[in-house]
Amino acid sequence: MKFSTYLEQIMGVSIYPIISLLLFVVFFVLTTLWVYSIDKKTLEEIEKLPMED
Amino acid sequence: MDKFYYDNRIARMFAFACITWGVVGMLLGVIAAFQLAFPALNFSEYFPHLAFGRLRPVHTNAVIFAFVGNGIFTAVYYAIPRLLKTPMWSKALGRIHFWGWQTIIVLAAVTLLSGFTTGKEYAELEWPIDILITLIWVIFGINMFGTILTRRERHLYVAIWFFIASWVTVAMLHIVNSLEIPVTLFKSYSMYAGVQDALVQWWYGHNAVAFFLTTPYLGLMYYFLPKAAERPVYSYRLSIVHFWSLIFLYIWAGPHHLLYTALPEWAQSLGTVFSIMLILPSWGGMLNGLFTLRGAWDKVRADPVLKFFVVAVTCYGMSTFEGPMLSLKNVNAISHYSDWTIAHVHIGALGWNGFLTFGMMYWLIPKLFKTQLYSRPLAATHFWIGTLGIILYAIPMYWSAFRTYFMLSSFTPEGQLQYQFMDVVQTVIPFYILRAIGGTIYLCGVFVMIYNLVKTAQSGEFVAEEEAQAAPLAKNYVAPAGSIWHSFIERKPILLLVLSLIVVGLGGIIELIPTFLIKQNVPTIASVKPYTPLELQGRDIYVREGCYNCHSQMIRPFRYEVTRYGEYSKAGEFVYDHPFQWGSKRTGPDLARIGGKYGDSWHFNHMLDPTSMAPGSIMPSYPSLFENSIDKVTTRSKIHAMRQLGVPYPDGYEAIADQDLDKQAKSITDKLKTENKIEIASDKEIIALIAYLQRLGKDIKAEAPKLSNQ
Repeated sequence: MKFSTYLEQIMGVSIYPIISLLLFVVFFVLTTLWVYSIDKKTLEEIEKLPMED
Repeated sequence: MDKFYYDNRIARMFAFACITWGVVGMLLGVIAAFQLAFPALNFSEYFPHLAFGRLRPVHTNAVIFAFVGNGIFTAVYYAIPRLLKTPMWSKALGRIHFWGWQTIIVLAAVTLLSGFTTGKEYAELEWPIDILITLIWVIFGINMFGTILTRRERHLYVAIWFFIASWVTVAMLHIVNSLEIPVTLFKSYSMYAGVQDALVQWWYGHNAVAFFLTTPYLGLMYYFLPKAAERPVYSYRLSIVHFWSLIFLYIWAGPHHLLYTALPEWAQSLGTVFSIMLILPSWGGMLNGLFTLRGAWDKVRADPVLKFFVVAVTCYGMSTFEGPMLSLKNVNAISHYSDWTIAHVHIGALGWNGFLTFGMMYWLIPKLFKTQLYSRPLAATHFWIGTLGIILYAIPMYWSAFRTYFMLSSFTPEGQLQYQFMDVVQTVIPFYILRAIGGTIYLCGVFVMIYNLVKTAQSGEFVAEEEAQAAPLAKNYVAPAGSIWHSFIERKPILLLVLSLIVVGLGGIIELIPTFLIKQNVPTIASVKPYTPLELQGRDIYVREGCYNCHSQMIRPFRYEVTRYGEYSKAGEFVYDHPFQWGSKRTGPDLARIGGKYGDSWHFNHMLDPTSMAPGSIMPSYPSLFENSIDKVTTRSKIHAMRQLGVPYPDGYEAIADQDLDKQAKSITDKLKTENKIEIASDKEIIALIAYLQRLGKDIKAEAPKLSNQ
């Protein structure tokens, strides 16, 4: 039940923040592209949903 | 066309619970605030259960999980059926959810005041309640997904996305952070120790703010703000970008609570970078909210609901700008452990959560009772009282934080610390008083609201079942050509759930796993040894009394801290700390190296009457520690549990642990008797607490005591 000491050390740990940053940038760009691919009619339909009742 | 009925009863139940617990939670906050200024209000001699260390967790838990929690459920049970054009999937599950959640709240209050706590902030509840929370949360999830899967509206509006992501992330956070080994019915030890426990805790703590106080309330904003403004959200596209980038980034930011601590450097940097990036989606969301009111600002002047919403969204913007700033290391050096953090969270809690909730109630209660709000001017009065309360709360706390920092970090030309810690305590008391007054004013505003809402309810008639009609979903639906996006996720709630989990899971995995697996991240210090049985009992008393609410055990590597408290803390010093007790606020001084700084008699007298040893102290006294006996029945199971967690007690040590405990206790009482003429039985709790305090921070000086069999 002890969590540490399975590995002695972690090689090139400085790459971790870079990997995470890249992951996010790619994710963000894809999301943005995806969002702009929505056709306007669908969008208008959805954004009016709270007004319907 | 199908005809069906929305159940307004459940929304009303949650709304009432939200307001009721809101009053309780805020009142406890006001009492705790006054206790800091006037320690006599701890009433230690009569009610040891109401001391600040026990009351403050009840306040935070009540406001987060009872007030905001019931606020979330009010919104979910009102908005989801209407957005999906179907009643909630199961009335019975809704009732179980409601009563289950209220039971948890009552159990939480009772157990926390009784001293049953895990000692991890905002996750203090002990293991049986943790299990109950999990069950009720699953029931809530089943009801929500049942509703989503039986909907009559193909599209899932963005508010529902926020609710789904909140549900799945809170489930993940709660389970991972609550992993603990039960020792007795109401006592457990965290599965993790020291640095690892700290990382998991703040990964949880930060995201409790993110996924309990923020994302579900964003769902609330995206539903109620357009309704109150009577126009759709400014940009639906922006709301989607807001959603995905927010949930992606939030989960990484936890380590910013541990800057300059013994947490590995790379994890701290990761936390900072992602915290800075959080400004973008947060402000995207804030602007989306404010721009929704474009061309409707004249309405804001007249409609109290919109007034509350505007200030709430503005406070969201302020908090989410301040948060990233606080995660810059140089700013954090000033803010951490200080009242700045308290000001920051209250801009969020009072401004964002509080005002959004009030706005929702002023809109919702007239709807539920099919009438008009009793008095708009009274609501406007509440708005101004509340705003004044927030200002009067926050400004003294900011002031106090800077004052504290400048005083604690100043040196005389000779290189001595210029001020004692007590000088700082004395100088911030007036700010504590002002803050308590600010909180009281804010609470008065809530009473004005309650009067107004009661009058509103009386003037109308409750609509228990609201009739609605909608066509069922067509079975063989074909998405319009070119709408890849639409068919991909918009209509697939389970896929949305899974994707959300992946997105929030990523951050957790990359941050947590290396800290768990790699030895280098927690360098071993050979002289750090497990606590003796007496110290372990003393540590549990320390946790029980909530000492961590005011005292840190983590010295940062600054000259002004090292000079004041001693050698800065190392990751390897905490490997046997289940749970870690680094704390997050220094109302009192750091205790990481308190061991050996004063004699046993100093601690003895200090616990009996803090001002006798430290004139001007605002710490409560703990007379009950001198009457209660150490609970030796538990020693055996405590040692056993600790060994299971990897603490290297010798085999069979359980059987003889109490002998060691008695021996060490006797040596302390003997010393008190011979050196200080203090007579006390050696089975009293105070002896265990003294033993623990005297051990703190000594191990790296290689003064750790030996256990039998070693």
